[in-house]
Amino acid sequence: MNNDCNCCCDERFSKLDAVIEKNKSVQGSLIQTMHEAQEIFGYLPIEVQKFISEKTGVPLAEIYGVATFYTQFSLKPKGEYKISVCLGTACYVKGADLLLDELKKALDIDVGDCTEDGRFSLEACRCIGACGLAPVFTVNDDVYGRLVPEDVPGIVAKYR
Amino acid sequence: MEFYRAHVLICAGTGCTSSGSATLFTEFEKCLQEAGIDKEVKLVKTGCFGLCAEGPIVVVYPEGAMYCRVTAEDVTEIVTEHLVKGRIVSRLLEGGAKDDVKADAGETEFFKKQTRVALQNCGRINPEVIDEYIAYDGYAALGKAVTEMTPEQVIQVMLDSGLRGRGGAGFPTGRKWDFARKSPSDKKYVCCNADEGDPGAFMDRSILEGDPHVVLEAMAIAGYAIGSDQGYIYVRAEYPIAVNRLKIAIEQAREYGLLGKNIFGTDFSFDIDIRLGAGAFVCGEETALMTSIEGHRGEPRPRPPFPAVKGLFEKPTILNNVETYANIPQIILKGADWFNTIGTEKSKGTKVFAVGGKIKNTGLVEIPMGTTLREIVYDIGGGIPNGKKFKAAQTGGPSGGCIPASLIDTPIDYDSLIQIGSMMGSGGLIVMDEDTCMVDIAKFFLEFTVDESCGKCPPCRIGTKRMLEILEKITTGKGELKDIDDLYELAAGIKASALCGLGQTAPNPVLSTLRYFKDEYIAHVVDKKCPAGVCKALLQYKIKPDLCRGCSLCAKKCPVNCINGQIKSPFVIDQDKCIKCGTCMDSCKFGAIVRE
Repeated sequence: MNNDCNCCCDERFSKLDAVIEKNKSVQGSLIQTMHEAQEIFGYLPIEVQKFISEKTGVPLAEIYGVATFYTQFSLKPKGEYKISVCLGTACYVKGADLLLDELKKALDIDVGDCTEDGRFSLEACRCIGACGLAPVFTVNDDVYGRLVPEDVPGIVAKYR
Repeated sequence: MEFYRAHVLICAGTGCTSSGSATLFTEFEKCLQEAGIDKEVKLVKTGCFGLCAEGPIVVVYPEGAMYCRVTAEDVTEIVTEHLVKGRIVSRLLEGGAKDDVKADAGETEFFKKQTRVALQNCGRINPEVIDEYIAYDGYAALGKAVTEMTPEQVIQVMLDSGLRGRGGAGFPTGRKWDFARKSPSDKKYVCCNADEGDPGAFMDRSILEGDPHVVLEAMAIAGYAIGSDQGYIYVRAEYPIAVNRLKIAIEQAREYGLLGKNIFGTDFSFDIDIRLGAGAFVCGEETALMTSIEGHRGEPRPRPPFPAVKGLFEKPTILNNVETYANIPQIILKGADWFNTIGTEKSKGTKVFAVGGKIKNTGLVEIPMGTTLREIVYDIGGGIPNGKKFKAAQTGGPSGGCIPASLIDTPIDYDSLIQIGSMMGSGGLIVMDEDTCMVDIAKFFLEFTVDESCGKCPPCRIGTKRMLEILEKITTGKGELKDIDDLYELAAGIKASALCGLGQTAPNPVLSTLRYFKDEYIAHVVDKKCPAGVCKALLQYKIKPDLCRGCSLCAKKCPVNCINGQIKSPFVIDQDKCIKCGTCMDSCKFGAIVRE
């Protein structure tokens, strides 16, 4: 985010402006606005938070507070392929932690980080509700279930 | 109206979508066309059947044949054999290998002991078509309520039905409505808690995906009863399919005049909006949920004032859980007496459980209250796979506790679960076998609550962290007996002083494992052993000299080169260097390596 001007040069900001305008009359719409902002930018850098604050009049401290409170909001950029390992109870009992270890090895990154080439990011997530297929992880919108650690390299290779 | 001789229902819930049901739909379209019967057979995307372990699932009517783990290749066979020639493909039925397979899924063990009330339309209708919901008496209850009943009568039926909240605490729904009705205000709100945060529970998601209109209808009934014209559904952003179906349902209901102004030609108006959660477990707590709908950090507020007096935007508000709502239209239509025939004396109706973990039939089951755990695990669930022994079931998620094997005949209802130190919770039921370490499970849940504690009150923020540190000490072999006493003391303090339900119940998993599996704690602390072989720091891999042939395979496989020896004589593992990965044990062809 090197742009000095956040209003006219970057069309993402004009998109965000339209979102803020649309949500203006809706009571308690800050979280909704932030969801949509994250969809536009991929994450919520401080510039975006400042922009929302200026346009809505909500103090930046409060926006930052909301951004850091909820796990869905990220202050760091995500990889092109976001891998989320479910650590819900059903998956945990069936060895999801072993999958996570294997993924850390395969990608050579830690949970919460992104590979240097920006291709993959890895996170542990809360139950996604596919408990019948435990253990599972997702790569963007694709769900992989009934896994053993040996499956990991093959799945990762598909996205390289 | 078009007439079809057969219906093919394909599950489009999250479980089956994950195992590939979307491609089945296009495959069926193609095969039906090729066979020239696409005008005779109707394809329907429907909600969850419950047997997620065997997904993707396809059910063919009129026979009711339930095909499991269907692949794209199987579709041609189902079309040519079943739909063209009329012969059921028995190898794809549930339990297909056996001789006595039942063609009608309703007759199988998995479904026979279930009573479907909240889930009645899941897997029966197309959730994206309002007419299919209406065909099964949908919106008839709302019609009855607003045209034939007074709000007081609606509340009286709810009180008489004895329906209790299905989200966790089990508060009587009718009383909640009664309080809100009696709170004077110009504006009131009806909220739906669809922030299903309990890891391992997914019944609310299945209802939203499979039968979204039932929630809208029930919320409108609630609005009529308490005198509100605005509802909010607070749903997890992690459930994209559910969110999408809700949006479609709300649009359709508005189009039909079932939401909006002057419903059924009366002066009752009611509309519903969706609010997305953003991933915070504490937002399942009612006051935190309302703070979050208002657009703030989802921190709980002290009660009183209770939400029925001062809730969302400081107005009287009722909040019910998705599954609770799913019961309501039927109670209004069939009456409180009907509902009272199901369940036990103090727990009426049914409860949906998401059964998972070490059990054969993982998925959703709906049982009458009072069914025993044994029936759920063995009759409906099909028992424990791989011939392992049942050790415990965990209910109530991070707020609940475990039920040991000795109490497997406990009837499942609100009060008996509380009595044995667990709770109904939202209905996650995780089965554990002998390979599960109970100290590790307690640690798992505390890691969860520590992570999800909002930080507003110190007992929860600091207390749960201290408990977790003690458990980490114990599972890494550094525990002392005094630690166990400290756990009890901290637990009592947190329970008594935390601000909200999350904190007050956070110690439960520790207390209940201590109650039934104290010997495992003692084994970790005194003997420095993990009986289930889970806690890595307490394990040792050893080579039995009498069985070792000295082939050196394990030494070659060892990633840290900690196995040494002479060829053809027994090898030895250097315990200081060993990282306990288990590769050696997996590689040994003579069973000479043991873990203890």
